Amino acid sequence: MSAFSTFLAPIIQFLIAAILSSTPILYGTLGEILNEKSGHLNLGVPGMMAMGGTMGFLVGYYSNNLILALLGACVGGMLGALIYAVLTVTFMANQNVTGLTLSIFGIGLSNFAGKFALSQSGIGTLKLPDEINSQLLNIPIPLLCWIPEVGQYFAVNIFVYLAVILAAALSFYLHHTKVGHNLRAIGENPAAADAAGIRVVPAKYLNLLIGGGICGLGGAYAAMIISGGVWGSNFVGELGWIAVALVIFAAWKPGRAVFGAFLFGALRVLRYHLTNLILAPAALVPAWDEGLSSASRWASNSIPVAIYDMLPFLMTALVLVITSMRKAKEGLQPASCGTNYFREER
Amino acid sequence: MKKFGKVLALVLCAAMILTVAGCGNTPGETTSKDGYTSNVTGDSENKGTMPAIPREKVKVGVIHISDPAEGSGYTYTHDLGIQTMQRECQLEDSQIVRKNNVQDTNPTAIENAILECIEEGCNIIFGTSWGYMETMAALADEYPNVIFCHGTGYMKNDTNFSNYFGRIYQARYLSGIVAGMKTESNKIGYVAAMGKENAEVTGGIDAFAMGVYLVNPDAKVYVKVTNSWFAPEQENAAAEALLADGCDVIAQHCDTPNPQTAAEKAGKWGIGYNSDMSKDAENATLTSVMWDWGVYYTDAVERAIAGTWNTDIYYGGMKEGLVKISELADFCAPGTAEKVEEAKQKILDGTFNVFDGVIETNEGTTVGEEGKTLDDATITGNINWYFKNVEVK
Repeated sequence: MSAFSTFLAPIIQFLIAAILSSTPILYGTLGEILNEKSGHLNLGVPGMMAMGGTMGFLVGYYSNNLILALLGACVGGMLGALIYAVLTVTFMANQNVTGLTLSIFGIGLSNFAGKFALSQSGIGTLKLPDEINSQLLNIPIPLLCWIPEVGQYFAVNIFVYLAVILAAALSFYLHHTKVGHNLRAIGENPAAADAAGIRVVPAKYLNLLIGGGICGLGGAYAAMIISGGVWGSNFVGELGWIAVALVIFAAWKPGRAVFGAFLFGALRVLRYHLTNLILAPAALVPAWDEGLSSASRWASNSIPVAIYDMLPFLMTALVLVITSMRKAKEGLQPASCGTNYFREER
Repeated sequence: MKKFGKVLALVLCAAMILTVAGCGNTPGETTSKDGYTSNVTGDSENKGTMPAIPREKVKVGVIHISDPAEGSGYTYTHDLGIQTMQRECQLEDSQIVRKNNVQDTNPTAIENAILECIEEGCNIIFGTSWGYMETMAALADEYPNVIFCHGTGYMKNDTNFSNYFGRIYQARYLSGIVAGMKTESNKIGYVAAMGKENAEVTGGIDAFAMGVYLVNPDAKVYVKVTNSWFAPEQENAAAEALLADGCDVIAQHCDTPNPQTAAEKAGKWGIGYNSDMSKDAENATLTSVMWDWGVYYTDAVERAIAGTWNTDIYYGGMKEGLVKISELADFCAPGTAEKVEEAKQKILDGTFNVFDGVIETNEGTTVGEEGKTLDDATITGNINWYFKNVEVK
C-alpha cells in the first residue's frame, strides 16, 4: 500500500461507518418529515420503527425472502401509523400524547411478538436465514470501488442505496409535484387548503401511512443489519428519538436530512475511529508520528466517552438556537403541526 | 447504569475490609465457603437469621432491569437462573413473580415493583441490578419478614438483606487463553460497556488480557468503550471498527450478541458473554463467558426453606459453578482445550487466583505484591488500571 492509501484508509473507513450509522436514523427522519409536513407531530417514531422492524424481521425469518421482509417492515410501520392517524385525524386526539403512547405500545408489541417467536423457535435464538443475511452484506459502491488500493473499503448495504433514492424521491415529491405542494399547504394551513378544494383528510391519512412505512424500514435496519440478523428485543434503542431530533436539524427538508443524518452518524461513531484519524497524517509525514501518537493516546484516555453521546443533541440545540435567531421564513416547522384540523371549527 | 455508583461503594468497602481483614490473602487461602463470605467472626455457618419457609409457602419475586425476552444478555441469563431454581426447588409457576423492565434509575418504579411483589405474597425478593440497592435496603428495614437479595451490590443488614455476585473474571481469564491461541493478527478486540472507572468491566478486561498474555505475549488487546450496558447499535459499531482495525477475535462485555454477529459477518471470531452466544453466531463464537445464576438462586431459596438463610455475602466463582465458559467451538486453535483445562484446574484447586503477585499495568506502574493476591474488595471495586497488553482505542 502506498503512503497515500495508508493515509486515506482510516478516513474512508470512518466515512463509511458514519454512513452506515446514519442510515436507520435517516429512515426515521424521512418518515417523520412526511408526518410533520401533513401537520402531525408524530412522536411515535420509535414505536413505528419497532413495529416495522419486528414485522420485517419475522416475515424474513419465516419466508426467507428479502423483498417480502422489506414490504413487511413497511406494512408494520404503516399499521403503527394507522393507529396514530385514526386517533389524531379522525378522533382528534392530542398528537403528543398519542405519539408517545404509540412509542410505548409499539416497542412493547415488538418485544411481545419477538418473545413469542423466540418461544416457538426451540433453540433460544431467532436468526435470519443465511440467504437473507448474505443479501444484507455490504455491496461495493460502483465507480468508487474501482479506485486502486482503497476501493475495497467502499461498500454499503442495500438499505443505504434505498435510503438515498427515497430521500431524493421525497424531495421531488414535496417540492415538484402537485400533491406534494398540496401536502405542504395542508401542513401550513389546513383550513385554507380545504377551502382551496384539497381533500385534507385523505391526504393526511396517505402521508401519515407512507411516513410510517418509511420509519418501518428504519426499524428493519436496526432489527436485521445492526444485530447481524439475530433477534434482540428493544433493538431500536435511542435511534427513534434521534430521528425526531434530526427533523429539526434538517429543517423539514429531505435533502438536508441526508446530510444531517450523515453528520449525526459520524458523531455517533467518531469515538471508535478518532485515534486512527489522528494517526492518519503520520503516513504522509513520518516525522509527525511521535506527536500524533501521543495526541491519540491523550484522546483515547482523556476525553470522557459521554461527550460523544452528547454531541448530536448539542448540535440540535445549536441549530434550534440559530434558526430561532435568524427569524427566517424558510426551514421552520409546518405551521399547523401539533394542532388537529376540525372542519366545523373554522 | 447498573453499577455506576460502584466506585464510591468500593472505596467504602475497601476501607472496611482493610481494617477488618488486613492486607490481601496469600494464594491458596480462601475466605469463603461455598461462595459465601461471612463478616461475622466465629462460626456463623448454617445459622439462619430468618425463620424457615415451608416449600409450598415460598413465593419468589424477581426484579429485572429489562425483559428476559432479550434473548441472550443480562436479564435473559438471570431469568434462566430463576427457571433453574424453580425446577430444582420444585416451585409452581404461581410461586414466581417477575417484574420486568424496572428501570434502575427510577426509585419510584423500583419501590412500586417490590411493593407489588410483597402485596402478591412474596417472601424472597431478588433484585438483579445495581441501582436497586438503596431502595431494597430501605424496604428491607420496613418489611423484616421478607428476605431481600441484591445482585452486584454491597449493602446488607443483619437479618433479612444481603447481596450476591460472582468471580466472572476467572472465566474471562480462560476465555483470554482461547482468544490468544486463536488470533493470527495478534490484535484482539474488546467491546466494553464502561470505561476505566468501572472496576467490574476493567477487571474483566485485565483478566482476559492476562489469559491472552499467558499463551501469546505478542498479542495486544484493543478496547473500545460504548458507555452503555445496552446499546445495540453502538456495540455493533464498536465491533466493526475493531474488525476494520485488523482485530480477528472480538471479545465483549456488553449485552447484545452484536459483536459476535459482526465478527461472523467479517469471517472472524469472537468470545461471547452472559449466555452461550454460539447460538447467535455459530461460525464465529469460540466460547462464551457465562453466568449460571441458577447455582446461587437455587442455593438461596433452599437455604430459605431450610431456615439456614443468613446475610452472608455471596461471591461465588468457578468452584461453585456460578461462572464458566461454554463448550469450546471445534474451530478453536489446536491445543486450546489443554491450555484451558490446565489453567482451570489451577483456579479450581486454588493455586492460582488470576490477580496474583506483581501485575504490570499499561502505564508502566505495578499493582499487587509478590506472593499475595488482590483481595475481593479490590477486585470488585478498585481495579482502575489496564494490564500491560491492553490499549484503549
